[in-house]
Amino acid sequence: MYPPPPTLPRAALNAGAAASAPPAPKSSRGPMIRACLLPPAQAIPALRALLLLALVLGASLAGSLARAEESADLRAAIAALAKGSFAETEKRIAALAALGDARAVPALEALAGGDLYRREADGAVFIARSAGGGYRLTEPLSLQDVGTAGRREVKKIRVNNRLRRTIRAALGALTLSASDPARRLAAAKAILKTRDGEAVEALDQALARETDPQVAAVMQAARAAAVLASDRSAEEKSAAIDLLAARGDREAMAIVASIATAGDAPLAAQAKAAVARMERSQALWDVARNIWYGLSLGSVLLLAAIGLAITFGVMGVINMAHGEMVMLGAYTAFMVQGLFGALAPGLIDYALVVALPAAFLVTGLVGIAIERGVIRFLHARPLETLLATWGVSLILQQGVRTLFGPTNREVGSPSFMSGAFELGQLTITYNRLWILVFSLTLFAALIAAMRKTRFGLTIRAVTQNRRMAASMGIRTPLVDALTFGLGSGIAGIAGVALSQIDNVSPNLGQSYIIDSFMVVVFGGVGNLWGTLLGAMSLGIANKFLEPFAGAVLAKILVLVFLILFIQKRPRGLFALKGRAVEA
Amino acid sequence: MTAAVLKTTAGLALAALLATATPQGLRAEDTIKIGILHSLSGTMAISETTLKDAVLMLIEEQNRKGGVLGKKLEAVVVDPASDWPLFAEKARELIEVEKVAAVFGCWTSVSRKSVLPVFEELNGLLFYPLQYEGEESQRNVFYTGAAPNQQAIPAVEYLMQEEGVERWVLAGTDYVYPRTTNKILETYLKSKGVAAEDIMISYTPFGHSDWQTIVADIKAFGSAGKKTAVVSTINGDANVPFYKELGNAGIKAEDIPVIAFSVGEEELAGLDTGPLVGHLAAWNYFQSVDTEANAAFVETWRAFTGDGERVTNDPMEAHYLGFNMWVKAVEKAGSTEPDAVIDAIVGVTVPNLSGGYSAMMPNHHITKPVLIGEIQDDGQFETVWETPGLVVGDAWSDYLDGSRDLIADWRPPMACGNFNTATGKCGGSGS
Repeated sequence: MYPPPPTLPRAALNAGAAASAPPAPKSSRGPMIRACLLPPAQAIPALRALLLLALVLGASLAGSLARAEESADLRAAIAALAKGSFAETEKRIAALAALGDARAVPALEALAGGDLYRREADGAVFIARSAGGGYRLTEPLSLQDVGTAGRREVKKIRVNNRLRRTIRAALGALTLSASDPARRLAAAKAILKTRDGEAVEALDQALARETDPQVAAVMQAARAAAVLASDRSAEEKSAAIDLLAARGDREAMAIVASIATAGDAPLAAQAKAAVARMERSQALWDVARNIWYGLSLGSVLLLAAIGLAITFGVMGVINMAHGEMVMLGAYTAFMVQGLFGALAPGLIDYALVVALPAAFLVTGLVGIAIERGVIRFLHARPLETLLATWGVSLILQQGVRTLFGPTNREVGSPSFMSGAFELGQLTITYNRLWILVFSLTLFAALIAAMRKTRFGLTIRAVTQNRRMAASMGIRTPLVDALTFGLGSGIAGIAGVALSQIDNVSPNLGQSYIIDSFMVVVFGGVGNLWGTLLGAMSLGIANKFLEPFAGAVLAKILVLVFLILFIQKRPRGLFALKGRAVEA
Repeated sequence: MTAAVLKTTAGLALAALLATATPQGLRAEDTIKIGILHSLSGTMAISETTLKDAVLMLIEEQNRKGGVLGKKLEAVVVDPASDWPLFAEKARELIEVEKVAAVFGCWTSVSRKSVLPVFEELNGLLFYPLQYEGEESQRNVFYTGAAPNQQAIPAVEYLMQEEGVERWVLAGTDYVYPRTTNKILETYLKSKGVAAEDIMISYTPFGHSDWQTIVADIKAFGSAGKKTAVVSTINGDANVPFYKELGNAGIKAEDIPVIAFSVGEEELAGLDTGPLVGHLAAWNYFQSVDTEANAAFVETWRAFTGDGERVTNDPMEAHYLGFNMWVKAVEKAGSTEPDAVIDAIVGVTVPNLSGGYSAMMPNHHITKPVLIGEIQDDGQFETVWETPGLVVGDAWSDYLDGSRDLIADWRPPMACGNFNTATGKCGGSGS
């Protein structure tokens, strides 16, 4: 049954609601009185009336009656959300927002998030979270736990995009004075999006109180947008256009552009000029954007190609199974994440970090097995090597398909790799940034290993002059196997990183094999620096072509350019010179 | 006897033994064979393997009910390996060698086009379960997926009316289905008064994984002061990186909704759908459809695959409908002969999983409800809108030049897949 009336002080409840500072007149009453006036979660009307009567008879403040009725109104308004079509619900959300009570915030947030449920038995509305086979119910006003319900006992209140927009606008108005700056920021952004002409005064009040400069800036922009949507004077509107034009981002441009097409003549002219100014600055930012995207695509190409730069570039083995090493690395990440999910769900963010050495080990060993089992018998027979490794790649693909199924597997993104941040007018997504950092680090580590370690020295010795190296006492077969293992292992590590931006499916490798060869051949076979430069320049070229030519044609143009380039310089950007080439 | 002769005879004996050991000769009389032509390897395996399992399940269910015409059904599974010419070879093998009564298969339009001549020549039956671009009606093929007017047009109508969308991005993978669908949509939008500068069309290669530029373009296109939506015909593998980029770039469904025609429950399985809540898909079936028939179907599917989390999707329902229609038509005709089944199947009505009845129309397309669903954070769709009744699949679009006047009706006396109502002749727009 229902819980007893809450006896928590109002302040505690407010803290739970995360929306503090109720409107001024309400806060003038003592906390104790308001606490005992809060009705039970779902009182039958008669009981509530009786309680109210007792309170009135008890000669409490006259205002408290209004207060209790307000709660009842709020409760009724929330309960009303559960009924009717989307259009009706939209009206009810507006009605709820019009009450102007911040206590409605949790209910609205739950509705937007699809967590507001209606109990079939009595039509009462709860915030529900999935727990076990059923749901944990929370009363939407008092935020108290009121027990559980089975799957069939409650029904989710449906929302669609239009309702979510309405809710966001309502929340914007209600949370503009929340204590958490992040929530105020979200509220201001919501108003900026909805451009509600009614919100100007509320924003003025909020701005007077605002201490956080970042939030204040968004509020200013939101106020400007609201002014433009209201029927304020032309001077105010003109000032608003200037303010938005100075902001200069896409959102501001959208608002000003709508004035340019629909406003009065002088305002429209001003808006048009402002849009033109903003477009010019956007064009500059577009160049920066293309460079960033190009570097990002280049880093993905580098990741895919860097392992191949060892097996094909340094060893000269045409390794068609390279893409499958990438794929195996991605599946290792999937496995490691599954293990973390089962054993230590709290540490799931670190699963990728553990997956890196695991993937290196797994694919490195597979690589050594391929080298020992197939490739060493085909030494200096490139065509046979190509066919044999192609066969190996098909076997690996189908093996994974049989083992893990043909459908995509989900490798989740750790929290530090989700989302994006703004740098000027650039939106930089964290996963792309981390992949760029990671690929450069990997590259630096590989260069260091080749230059500074003894293993690197023996690799270079064997690839430059096998017989001489052998006569100096280097065990060339072992070095061959380890080098191939190193290249494969690095491909596996790349797979872990690529699992963050691509499908983890048996076909993952296929989509990278062509690009990888392209990069290595373009950069110059046998030269790691060439691979870096090749990857980055192909990435940037692609991204500068894409806006003009479209994704399909851009790719074709890059390939055509590459073919012409190879005609001119058959050995790529950085050709190895000297005896090593002939060896 | 020399060793060589010994070896030969041993080989021959072995071959003879193998030949008699194969059960085909013995069992061909008392079973009816059903061909399954779905890729189990290569790029399309990701989608098609599920359909193979779905047909196997349907056959098992039917056998439990006593089979068809008193005979058990027997599945013949072949693997065309995502290789379009191989589809034609395998189709020939199924009909000529295995003598199957009907074939359930194909996913991509190009694979369907590749097998069409085979089915025509050998007079087989093909049930094609995918939504497709239309512009086709063949005597031997039954299109149980959606035609453009059963998916694309209602989806765009929904966005126009419910979301007030005025600016459109038509994004697709570069092949025949997205290109034709977008052509139809473009004509449709223009007929509704959408200006050319409010339509952006963008194509990407198969398996495209770097969506940064396109997502940024969509963002820019959407900041022109008008409500914008993306209509996505992006295919298969490319969807996961696309949605990841959308989520990371912070494009929310409330701002720029994406409605997809090729993203179902299966595709979402490889994705954290938290950031995607509210993006849309248009299909004729969702796993979340709340009917008893669907609950039973999902339960049977999970029991069959032994995976309690396994999802169902729209093409599976299409096979469910197609299979049941074939069974009903065979029982009506009293024979599995293709000609008899083709005559009997038009007008056959079977219950669908969303609570209504789907019927096979004379143009070999079926009637279906159209559902618009929003992606939820558990990887399922929630229906937010559906057509009030069933929509009849239209083989020839009203929004394309040259196909506007065409109709298909395979009942005698017309018996034509591209009858030109303007000239009164069978043979397409040129006749």
